[in-house]
Formats: sequence, C-alpha cells, structure tokens
Amino acid sequence: MEPIIELDGVRKVFDVRGRAGRGLRRERREVRAVDGISFTVPRGEVVGCIGPNGAGKSTTIKMLTGILNPSAGRIRICGLDPTRERTRLARRIGVVFGQRTTLWWDLPLRDSYELVRRMYRVEPARYAANLDTCVELLELGPLLDVPVRQLSLGQRMRGDIAAALLHDPEVLYLDEPTIGLDVISKSKVRDFLRAVNAERATTVLLTTHDLTDIETLCRRVVVIDHGRLMYDGGLAGLHAAGESERTLVVDFARELPPVGLDGARFLRAEGPRQWLAFPADASAAPLLTALAAHHPLVDLSIREPAIEDVIARMYARSRDAGAWHDPAAAPVSWPTASGGGATGLTQQT
Amino acid sequence: MAEPRADAFPADTSRARASGADGRPALVEGLRTYRLIVGMWVRSTMAYRASFLLTTLGNFAATGFDFLTIVLMFSRVTALGGFTLPEVAFLYGTSSTAFGVADLLVGSADRLGRRVRDGTLDTLLLRPAPVLAQVAADRFALRRLGRILQGSLVLGWALARVDVRWTPVNIALVPLMLLSGSALFGAVYVLGAAFQFRTNDASELQNSVTYGGNTMLQYPPGIFGRELVRSVTFVVPLAFVNWLPALHVLGRPDPLGLPAWVDFCSPPVAAACCLLAGLAWRAGLRSYRSTGS
Repeated sequence: MEPIIELDGVRKVFDVRGRAGRGLRRERREVRAVDGISFTVPRGEVVGCIGPNGAGKSTTIKMLTGILNPSAGRIRICGLDPTRERTRLARRIGVVFGQRTTLWWDLPLRDSYELVRRMYRVEPARYAANLDTCVELLELGPLLDVPVRQLSLGQRMRGDIAAALLHDPEVLYLDEPTIGLDVISKSKVRDFLRAVNAERATTVLLTTHDLTDIETLCRRVVVIDHGRLMYDGGLAGLHAAGESERTLVVDFARELPPVGLDGARFLRAEGPRQWLAFPADASAAPLLTALAAHHPLVDLSIREPAIEDVIARMYARSRDAGAWHDPAAAPVSWPTASGGGATGLTQQT
Repeated sequence: MAEPRADAFPADTSRARASGADGRPALVEGLRTYRLIVGMWVRSTMAYRASFLLTTLGNFAATGFDFLTIVLMFSRVTALGGFTLPEVAFLYGTSSTAFGVADLLVGSADRLGRRVRDGTLDTLLLRPAPVLAQVAADRFALRRLGRILQGSLVLGWALARVDVRWTPVNIALVPLMLLSGSALFGAVYVLGAAFQFRTNDASELQNSVTYGGNTMLQYPPGIFGRELVRSVTFVVPLAFVNWLPALHVLGRPDPLGLPAWVDFCSPPVAAACCLLAGLAWRAGLRSYRSTGS
C-alpha cells in the first residue's frame, strides 16, 4: 500500500543573517534545521516523534503541512506536494499545535467550528456527526459557548483537537499536544486520540516530550536530533539502541566491599545495600545465582530502565559522537554517557 | 537524492497559487473566505449592539476632530492655500471616505507583522484558503464605519456648498475618486503588509503613508512643498486619491502643471498599484515559506 506520509532526503536550511563585527558588513550563516530526513508512514499508523528542543521536529512538521517549503528533498502527503498544493492538502490534514491555538481567540468554540465547517466545505450531516462525537468524547458540551481566550489550557487543547478533526482529515499532526496539561487532561487527550485512530484509521504523527504519550499511543518511534533521524523503530528497540541497563538492588546480610560480578557493573553502595547495573537484554538469573552462591542475601529487586533515561542517554551520546546506528560502535563513547545514565537509573524507583 | 531546491520553482508555485483548492480560482476562493470570516465577525460584533454603537460613535468623534481643526482654522482665515472652506471640505470628505473604506476592508492586514512574530501566521497557512483574504478579514472592525460616516457627511456638506459647475464629467469624477482612492489606500495597506514579512518596522512606514497620507490629502496641495507633491504623485501616487481629480472638479490649476488628462488617471493608477501590491504580497508569502521568519 502506498504510504500516506513520505519524506525523502528532506532538508531545511535557514540563512541566519547577523552583523559581522562592528562594520556594516553582514555575515550569513547557514543553519541546517533539518538535515536529510527520510521515512515513510503507512496509512493508519501512529508515529511518535521525539527529540530535544531545537532538534528539528517542529520544522519537520511545518514542512509536512506546507507552512514551510523544504530546501531540498521530496515530501508527499496523501500523494500531494505540500509546497505546491498547500490549500488542497489543507483539506486532507488536521494540525494541532500545543503551543498556540488554531481557533479564533475572541470567538466561542461553536462559532470557530462553524467557520471551520464552511471554510472546509464539510457536508452538514457529516459535520454534525463529527461534532457530536468530539463533544461527547472530549467533554466539550459546557465549553461550546465560551470564547477561546477564556478556556483553560486543557480545555483549549481539547477544543483545538476537535477543530482539527471536523473535516475528517486523513492525517493528523500534533505538535506537543499534551504540553502543560494536567494528568487528567493528558489522559483524556490520549484516550481520544486512540479512539480516533482505531475508529477512523486516521494516521497520526505526534511530537512530544512526554514519553507516556509515546508509550500509550505509539508502536513506532522516530527520534530526531540535530536535524537528523537518529532512530526509527519500535519502542522496545529503543532500549537496545540506547544500550539501556536494568538495575539490580541487593540487600546483603552485612556491609560488604563492592562486589565484582561478571556481566554487571557496580554502581554504588549504601550500608549493606548495593546497586548493580546489567544490560537490559541480558537475563538476571545467572547474576542472581552467582550472587547467592558467594554472599549471604537478605533481599533483592530489579528495576526496569525508564524510557526517559534511555532517551537522555541517546541525546547525550549523539552530542558526543554523532549517530549510533550501530550499537556495537557505542562503547567508544560509553564512559561519558554512563555517568549520567547510571545516576538516572538509580534515581528512579 | 540529488533533488533540486524546492525554492527553485517560482513558476510552479505561482501556478499552484493562481488556482486555489479544487481548481477554483484563487480570487473567487479568496472573496468567499473573506465573506465568511467578515460575516462571522459582524455577527459576533452585533451580539453586543450597545458596545458596537459606542465604539462606532467613538471612532466617528475621534476622526471628526480632524475636521473640527480645519473649521477652527477657518474662523481665523478665509482661505487656506487659496481654497475656501467648502473646497477644503471636499478634499477632506473624499480622502476620509476613501481611506475609511480601505481601512474597514483591509486595514486588519497591518497586523501581519505581529502574526509573523508570534507565529499565528502559521495557523492561517494551515487552512484551505488564500492567506491574504484571511489576514484582511481578521478581526473585521465594523466600528471603522465611524470614519466613513464622518467623511461622507463632510463630503455631502461640501457637495452642497462648493461652487462647482456640475458637468457630467465632474459628476462622474466624484464616485470614481472614491473608488480609486479606496483601492489606492487598500493597495498601500497590502503593500505594507507584504513588507512586514521582511521587517517589523514596515508597519510604522505604512502607517505614515496611510494615516499621514490621509491627513495630507485633506488639505490643498498648494500649501505643501513641490517636492512633497511630486513624491506623492510619482512615487507613492496618493495624489490620485483626490488631489488631481478634485483639482479638475474645482477648476483649480495643478501646482505641478501636469497635462489635463492626468486628472483622469486615478482608475488605471489604482489598478496598477493593486497589481503591484498583489505581486509584493505573493513574493512576501513565498519568502516567508522559505525562511520561516
């Protein structure tokens, strides 16, 4: 089946102009916001896009919607070129920016929706059905007559998401849809997006800093940093790519010197309790056997790596050594990355 | 992938923009969008009728002070630059009305710079409609009718009092002046907006041309320096809003001594300015989509 989102070698280069020294001469500097990104998304998939601030995520979304033209490369959304067919594409996509509203600030939600209906030429029956569904699932009923500027962030976000879906878009882009929302609003938004994807097979591409969004919504993750695609695959694969570790917390019968163990790394000790790290994809059983054979144990527990730590380590590593597509090459940069990573692991409970 | 820079296709981009979504012409689509958005703002304004009446009255009074100044001046002098009060009122009425119409219809376009800065322009690019129509219709302020009302009242008074032989040509020149004048001021607004894609300071410059130009055109050209009159004839052709055709109606000599047919050139000059503004807008939007700033 033809992919609904296609990127091939997409670049976006900004010319940043500034004064050179004290003279009037202007200096031009090229900033590569997006530096050769290629991936495709089949219809109906939910893809999460993560990356540190300034990685090029938002620029990429802007190119996929036709707001910005790429400097090079090829983009096709629903088979259309966003640069040349912006208005035609606009009818087939929905966009939500977490940071700003696409609604009319001074108007009640109901008026904004009505305007959307007429601007997108949505068939009245279809519009009524879509609005009913959104109002019910996003609990917008009491908010319909409130001007957008009076809505709370969470209410506004729900209002924005509904507005983006009234014209039955085939693709839904969400740029940080849960930013600044409380836990309840976040989970409402996530439930709704899951329902939309399940019932209408809407393709969803979302950027986020909240990894719970990714864990609850996406089977596929795309990691972007420095304008490049650093990882593209399943959530589970992130652990392997990020060389994540599990932590073994051992309570010995008495205080011991740091235990040396093949396949595990000593992290720290606190009285009789010691923390040992071992690769996430290795089995814990041989370690436990070895430990129990040589030391008197009171208790032990295993902590799973948090996705946050995996990502944090990826970002840190990419800054040190560039891409890490080949996990075998990772040990080169390991010493720098392990410090931050290990602290992260021991802090989480 | 050795793909050429997408920016290297100005011809293709313009073709895509010339016909809007689903093959409808961009102009038709733009007018439809404009009508939809304006309609919504008018309904929203009318929901608070008292507030609308008060703000319109305020607009009426604020713009009326300009004319009050002129009336006060005439309590001391009998002529201004050789013009009597009804003649100055004729200039005032034509310029104010034309400016008021442009201000009402496309005045919101001067918020473009702010939209670029706060990023809300992006949301307009997401909609299946021409951006210029959305920008011009944004926050359509019906209270600006106050200026039009005030200008046309003064114009009505001037037409009744001014000493003019109402030949068919002179009669035809009045509505033609108002139409061309509105189009000229509108073109300045759009041109100003187009430059705001590039620099934020453009809105100050544009205000000096629109508001400043309007104030200048309310007075006889004779009281200004020849260089200024020349520049608003040949550089920013605001003299075609009312000065040149009004001089013909009033039977006054033109301070620049231009041939008589120039007095009838307002419509083609206005059309040329609109075209220029449209091209500048298109170039501005294209540059925004390339640079994102």
